[in-house]
Amino acid sequence: MSILGNRVLRREDPKFLTVGGTYVGDLELPGALHVVFVRSPLAHGVIRSIDTDEARAAPGVVGVFTNADLGAGPMTPMGMVNQSMVRPLLAEGRVRYVGEPVAAVLAETHAAGVDAAELVAVDYEPLPVVVDPVTAAETGAPILFDDVGTNIAFELNFGEDPSFFDGCDVVVRQRILNQRVAPCPLEVRSAVAEMVDGRLRFHASTQAPHDVRSTLARYLGMEESAVHVVSPDVGGGFGAKGGVYAEEVVVAALARNLNRPVRWTETRSESMLGFGHGRAQMQDVAIGATSDGKIQAYRLNVLQDCGAYPDMGAVLPFLTRLMAPGVYAIPKVECSSRSVVTNTVPVTAYRGAGRPEATAAIERAIDCLAAELRLDPAEVRRRNYIATDAFPVTTAVGTEYDTGDYAMALERALEVAGYEELRAEQARRRSAVAPDLSSEGAGGGLAPRSKQLGIGLSSYVEITAPMGGGEFGAVEVKPDGKVVVRTGTSPHGQGHATAWSMLVADAMGVSLEDIEVVHGDTDVVPRGGGTMGSRSLQLGGVAVSQAAVEVVDRGRQLAADLLEAAPDDVVLDKTMGRFHVAGTPSISRTWAELGAASLDRDGQALQAEVDFEAPGPTFPFGTHVSVVEVDLDTGQVELVRHISVDDAGRVLNPLLFGGQVHGGIAQGAAQALFEEFRYDADGNPLTANLADYSFVSAAELPSYEWTYTETPTGKNALGVKGIGEAGTIGSTPAVQNAVCDALSHLGVRHVDMPATPVRVWEAVSAASSSVPAAAAAARSEPANATNGGA
Amino acid sequence: MIPAPFEYARAASLEEALSFLAEHGDEAKLLAGGHSLLPLMKLRLATPGVLVDIGRIEELQYVRDEGEAVAIGALTTHHDLSRNPLLRRQLPVVAHVAGQIGDPQVRHRGTIGGSLAHGDAASDLPAVVLALGGTLVALGPKGRREIPASEFHNGFLETALEPDEVLVEVRLGKSGGTGWGFEKLTKRAQDWAIVAAVAVQREDAPGGVGVGLVNMASVPIRAASVEAALADGASVAEAAELADADSDPGADINASVEYRRHVAKVLVRRALERALAGPAGGDGAAGAAGAAGGAGAASEGGSS
Ligand SMILES: Cc1cc2nc3c(=O)[nH]c(=O)nc-3n(C[C@H](O)[C@H](O)[C@H](O)COP(=O)(O)OP(=O)(O)OC[C@H]3O[C@@H](n4cnc5c(N)ncnc54)[C@H](O)[C@@H]3O)c2cc1C
Repeated sequence: MSILGNRVLRREDPKFLTVGGTYVGDLELPGALHVVFVRSPLAHGVIRSIDTDEARAAPGVVGVFTNADLGAGPMTPMGMVNQSMVRPLLAEGRVRYVGEPVAAVLAETHAAGVDAAELVAVDYEPLPVVVDPVTAAETGAPILFDDVGTNIAFELNFGEDPSFFDGCDVVVRQRILNQRVAPCPLEVRSAVAEMVDGRLRFHASTQAPHDVRSTLARYLGMEESAVHVVSPDVGGGFGAKGGVYAEEVVVAALARNLNRPVRWTETRSESMLGFGHGRAQMQDVAIGATSDGKIQAYRLNVLQDCGAYPDMGAVLPFLTRLMAPGVYAIPKVECSSRSVVTNTVPVTAYRGAGRPEATAAIERAIDCLAAELRLDPAEVRRRNYIATDAFPVTTAVGTEYDTGDYAMALERALEVAGYEELRAEQARRRSAVAPDLSSEGAGGGLAPRSKQLGIGLSSYVEITAPMGGGEFGAVEVKPDGKVVVRTGTSPHGQGHATAWSMLVADAMGVSLEDIEVVHGDTDVVPRGGGTMGSRSLQLGGVAVSQAAVEVVDRGRQLAADLLEAAPDDVVLDKTMGRFHVAGTPSISRTWAELGAASLDRDGQALQAEVDFEAPGPTFPFGTHVSVVEVDLDTGQVELVRHISVDDAGRVLNPLLFGGQVHGGIAQGAAQALFEEFRYDADGNPLTANLADYSFVSAAELPSYEWTYTETPTGKNALGVKGIGEAGTIGSTPAVQNAVCDALSHLGVRHVDMPATPVRVWEAVSAASSSVPAAAAAARSEPANATNGGA
Repeated sequence: MIPAPFEYARAASLEEALSFLAEHGDEAKLLAGGHSLLPLMKLRLATPGVLVDIGRIEELQYVRDEGEAVAIGALTTHHDLSRNPLLRRQLPVVAHVAGQIGDPQVRHRGTIGGSLAHGDAASDLPAVVLALGGTLVALGPKGRREIPASEFHNGFLETALEPDEVLVEVRLGKSGGTGWGFEKLTKRAQDWAIVAAVAVQREDAPGGVGVGLVNMASVPIRAASVEAALADGASVAEAAELADADSDPGADINASVEYRRHVAKVLVRRALERALAGPAGGDGAAGAAGAAGGAGAASEGGSS
């Protein structure tokens, strides 16, 4: 019986639960100097001068450096983006966001560095600030890069067809904010750099060590072979540790320039102002349909806030566009975008990176359409899904979906949720004259009404391993029978040691304990794409699995030689982990014997290296149902249930699968209800710590009701798709839709995220003051307000 | 996140604390649980020259039955308040509110004295002490003096304490808090209140209730107009409409002024309804103290 598909406990956990992990900040490095960055207190300004004299003279200070001292950088944007928007490693001439590093203090202790950093005197001349991307895109806005002359960093303009909505009975429009969030991994950024035998050794808290190697080499002007990157345990990344930060290049440059070990671990407060932010899209949707709810045309215009320097954030709309129509068969789809720079923290990839934004837009649009047509949102979805027998299917934006069964996921989720009963309960609460706690409370506007129920749906499809490509995997049998797996993926919580071991154990008939999974060291693993975009299993896992199969073939050859039999007659007994001639199990060769024999014979290890190239990305899907209670008097929302049905092809290990979904739902729900990184008009961050930034905790979340279905893909031999981001993608719109649904009978059509108490209360107040009937009466009537109609 | 350099002196006794204060004058700052002071120091918003640590002075950690009043030592932690049997019997509102502060870590370090002396309008216990009409006891070189809670907070993070005084005790009359209601609106379970309201039955108050408000002005306040309206025979609903009459709330990332004014009325009304509910109302309500509720509006109350 195969181990695949079983709930195998995580091999990683005993260490984490007992002695703990080893993170970059834990590494012992005698004599290492500490870097402390001087950061801009201004969102936009000219640097008139930087006076470092006093700081240099402070006790324990080894040096104070500005950009010109580094001999490294600048950082250039990705290919498609305006190439003139370059970023010096330390601000030079101008600062563009609060928190931008301006100078680096190198000191014997962290505390000495902090004290000295206060002594660096930077003379700034303030410039007009632009925080709002809508303003930034307008002519006359403050310009961040004078020589560029515009704030637009990247544009995807496919034009607008003036007859786009012809033939539609109804067109619904809505502006939707997909707000800026902070990824907040438990482990903040950290780097350790030292020169070892003329090579740079760089310990990074990263999702992609090989990318760190090539990026450092490029910005430092070194050969790639002269850079060795090691990624020990990593405490979360969520996409924002997928690239290289300016601070990390500075740490490496200082270690190289001074030939001394250098280290840096940021504080949480620094992290909130330096670690990349996510999402940050302003979306204008317009959806046109016939009166029976068949969607004819869908337009999504995206305004992407890149922050001060165009990083990965600039190209998120590219991914949004790929998934714009979601799970629906829509004949006409238009999706254009502009990405603009603003005086804020640069935006980067964050769990889903562009795809959650696509799902959020279309799923809100569907609910707005359902409200306009007074149809059940579930019914509107049913009428528009891509048919199960249509796959593979190419959507109107040219994306080819592999496999899917969207209606099945919906029906399953509705059944688990008890959708009909929920709707009945909602109707009861809407019509009930709410019980009043007090005997004297009748009349007056403040009687606590029963909480209103909201039910939100979200049917999603997403693209995993969206950037295509392949992955490296290797399997080697040691003479003691142990199996060493090397992978180009870079797990930081996902459980690859467990998952890859299962694949190898299944193919080779070795026990999990005898398998070691090695990753995150560029001297040991020659190449790799890292872990992001839900790519790992479908690329890295498949590569490892293929390598194991090849090793079995080689083992069979070798065993055949040793047993003097034809390879075709030799079988692998997976229960025992040894080869024998069919029918003669008593004469056999174990993996240990074969590992040793291979070395003896020609000095070659018994191993296989595979570079798996996938023929294309895969498309996981599912439906989430969210149930919220909204206190109309305070605007408080409570998430009371969350049901998810996710399908990511074959499931290798339901425990790992569930772990990904679980955390994903938490982050997705958090965006809908709590999290938003905010600035004031002067570009001062308002949520720069975890007291002000409402990072979600377990106390705010219910136990989820999650389940999965399996619709395999043909894009790889395992039939697997990615599950790393699906939970986030599916949950956010479900929760947001639930909030809007709870208020729909009051005439509220849309509430932007996060649905904080004040925002919900304001939406309710605005609706009740715009509806002429008495508030009390309006509250028990069905929805009658429309906005944004054709 | 590293404070500016400072000197540190740990006081083994109240006497020693007073002499450190006398010695260092304005340079000195008392350190109790550190959960308000240390964050300010780490941000370098507070840069005291000398920290006088009183956190381990055991003689200031107690809850005592003194006949007419319950006396609470200034260094009693929120956690200890929430679990104290005497409070849970006599003044369950104090135990309950203490159990809703921050998270377990905050409750194990933070003290009632620190909470009052810091004087943050967003703190919960000062409003409770106000609603109960408590008395604060300070000790300084000139001796011991009693300050009515209503005269203690006199400006943003300002109190009636002199720099050389230590707050040693909080005294609460037993007539308060038999029937009580506490409504705390937060974004997340662990957060400070956006607004909170506390209502307590008090035999010694004209309207029979005391009402306190959290985060509705630059200092913790009493909703005096609500109390007066009830004394004049107004209904709970009518009185609650006056919840913001004595307030001067600010706007911040969590709320607008209008929202605070509105929600104060909602919360005061709910708190009053709880406090005045019949005897069946909230048996064992204080038993929920410490078991932090979910997100949002934690509300609890009872009467006996
Ligand atoms: C994450 C977090 C969440 C929190 N949430 C809440 C909440 O929801 N509700 C709430 O009410 N509070 C909350 N707090 C504050 C917490 O209750 C603090 O512990 C309390 O406000 C201060 O008490 P302390 O003992 O820590 O005082 P310290 O921080 O040690 O001192 C505070 C100030 O009081 C002075 N001081 C302390 N003791 C005395 C004394 N005996 N005499 C004279 N002066 C003194 C100090 O000199 C200092 O100026 C939170 C704190 C944190 C960090």
